[in-house]
Amino acid sequence: MTDTQKNSLAERLAARFGDMLSIATVGQDVTVEIAGVDLLAVAAALRDEPGFRFGVLIDVCGIDYLGYGQSEWETDVSGTGFSRGVEGQAVGRFNWADRPRAEAQPRRFAAVIHLLSLELNQRLRLRAFAEDDALPVLPSVTGIWPGANWFEREAFDLYGILFEGHPDLRRILTDYGFVGHPFRKDFPLIGNVEVRYDPEQKRVVYEPVSIQPRVLVPRVIRDDAGLIQAKAEAADDWRRN
Amino acid sequence: MAQEIRNYTMNFGPQHPAAHGVLRLVLEMDGETVVRADPHVGLLHRGTEKLAESKPFNQSIGYMDRLDYVSMMCNEHAYVRAIETLLGIEAPERAQYIRTMFDEITRILNHLMWVGSNALDLGAMAVFLYAFREREELMDVYEAVSGARMHATYYRPGGVYRDLPGKMSQYRESPWHKGKDLGRLNSWREGSMLDFLDAFTADFPSKVDEYEELLTNNRIWKQRTVGIGVISPELAQQWSMTGVMLRGSGIEWDLRKKQPYAKYAEVDFDIPVGVNGDCYDRYLVRVEEMRQSNRIIRQCVDWLRANPGPVMVENFKVAPPRREAMKNDMEALIHHFKLFTEGYGVPAGETYAAVEAPKGEFGCYLVSDGANKPFRVHLRAPGFAHLSSIDTIIRGHMLADVVAMIGTYDLVFGEVDR
Repeated sequence: MTDTQKNSLAERLAARFGDMLSIATVGQDVTVEIAGVDLLAVAAALRDEPGFRFGVLIDVCGIDYLGYGQSEWETDVSGTGFSRGVEGQAVGRFNWADRPRAEAQPRRFAAVIHLLSLELNQRLRLRAFAEDDALPVLPSVTGIWPGANWFEREAFDLYGILFEGHPDLRRILTDYGFVGHPFRKDFPLIGNVEVRYDPEQKRVVYEPVSIQPRVLVPRVIRDDAGLIQAKAEAADDWRRN
Repeated sequence: MAQEIRNYTMNFGPQHPAAHGVLRLVLEMDGETVVRADPHVGLLHRGTEKLAESKPFNQSIGYMDRLDYVSMMCNEHAYVRAIETLLGIEAPERAQYIRTMFDEITRILNHLMWVGSNALDLGAMAVFLYAFREREELMDVYEAVSGARMHATYYRPGGVYRDLPGKMSQYRESPWHKGKDLGRLNSWREGSMLDFLDAFTADFPSKVDEYEELLTNNRIWKQRTVGIGVISPELAQQWSMTGVMLRGSGIEWDLRKKQPYAKYAEVDFDIPVGVNGDCYDRYLVRVEEMRQSNRIIRQCVDWLRANPGPVMVENFKVAPPRREAMKNDMEALIHHFKLFTEGYGVPAGETYAAVEAPKGEFGCYLVSDGANKPFRVHLRAPGFAHLSSIDTIIRGHMLADVVAMIGTYDLVFGEVDR
């Protein structure tokens, strides 16, 4: 990335928008969190003002933070032996009838927008959380970047996020007449219905899925996820000492 | 008395040879003129992103091949780079050169498919047959390196699965290949894969000349493409276009130059751009890109010949240990077991990694919460963004131009529907 301006993108954002944004920089990635109400004003400024010039919207996607950071397998109970329990509510472990009924979790759904500036060769990530997880609503940025149209339709289809002001908020990827929002964390991986041709009725029929939910590898969060152990092992190679 | 004329709607696809897979396009027509186009996509939706959430990171690499199934390794590259960024590891230099080389082989594969099938859509049969002759050779390279002609699953976080083979497979004698013909087919295949690629790339520019001979000054081809589907630079930006769709409109933007990854900063190549932003310019850009890819492959072949070395990181949390080591080293055995049963945890965080895929910017937005499986994977497919603009661009065009426009988008529904 070029750094034509003296100060970095994060500094320019902080100077221009102040408290409206919370800015995080990891490596070269600048991520900005923003309230839904401010989104349109900030987006228009990001597109037009010098120093930002984000003319291209690369991507909009929904995300469901239900169950973020939850592990299915306790790995730190060595005093009593390892737990073999792999009960969890992670994706793939439940069917439609036993799907977890999510307790009200504030700020469960978010839309993540990736922007690109061709002129200044810089990227920015915007994240806006929907306030109400029962009815997630966010403003649509189609008025600023027309290319957001299908991306927002996709986020609506898969996550049920409603984009206020979208000209044509229909489902896009799922089947005609599909029920539910399949990428939500409380939607079963195996789905809800299956389709087959019924030779007697001479038409396609929908039936509840016949396959069982199954997960081969449990979801595990270990403390050495940061590869601390790998680094320590490399540093202290006991076999050579 | 005035006669009442009503618009009528027409279904184009999903079972239509020019729909490039499963596009259902509902067209509102005024005679032969398109008034409105409403694409219905998703007929090939497999929920790749959700499937990836249920599996350890490495097990989803194979799904990436099946997104844009004519530019397989470029998709893998985006996914693998996203994981590498979060892990904070970098592939060895030789692996980076191998990736650069295979990304460009993939680009040629993709553009050959494009030029062949698009010409077929617009009424030129022969180009398809010519293009598939060279595609076959490059698919053999895919097979030599990974064992699969298309769905390679060759790139891994931390490098590539294995080093380049020292031998190319040869044609056997059969009723279809015998005598002189067999000798000609096998003459490039006596040595290593790099020798084969050397011979291929020396010959390939003359093959591109053949395609151009068939199309570039072809009167029918020009009638079907010149001035059709004109996209202004402003429109291209508004509709999130990337890759050839952007460059065809005269904007010099290529991630390989602007935000270089792998070894693109080390190799020498040029970025072709169009002038008018019509279907013909995009054709010219793609043909020139094949020549430039050929240049890059030659440079990679030279470097790879001179510089042997590791192709995978030595971090056994991410990469499997050597098989010999597993025979008498307990640590290696444990590493192997844990890697293939549980996988590896990726530090919590989020990243977006993009590559210049043949169709445009293919990106992978990856969110990890520290587990051995991704929390969220979003794949930014260039075709999805491009197709969304069809209603704006196609209005006022004739029905036959819809086919030219679908062709010029270079759509593959594996990636549009994901």
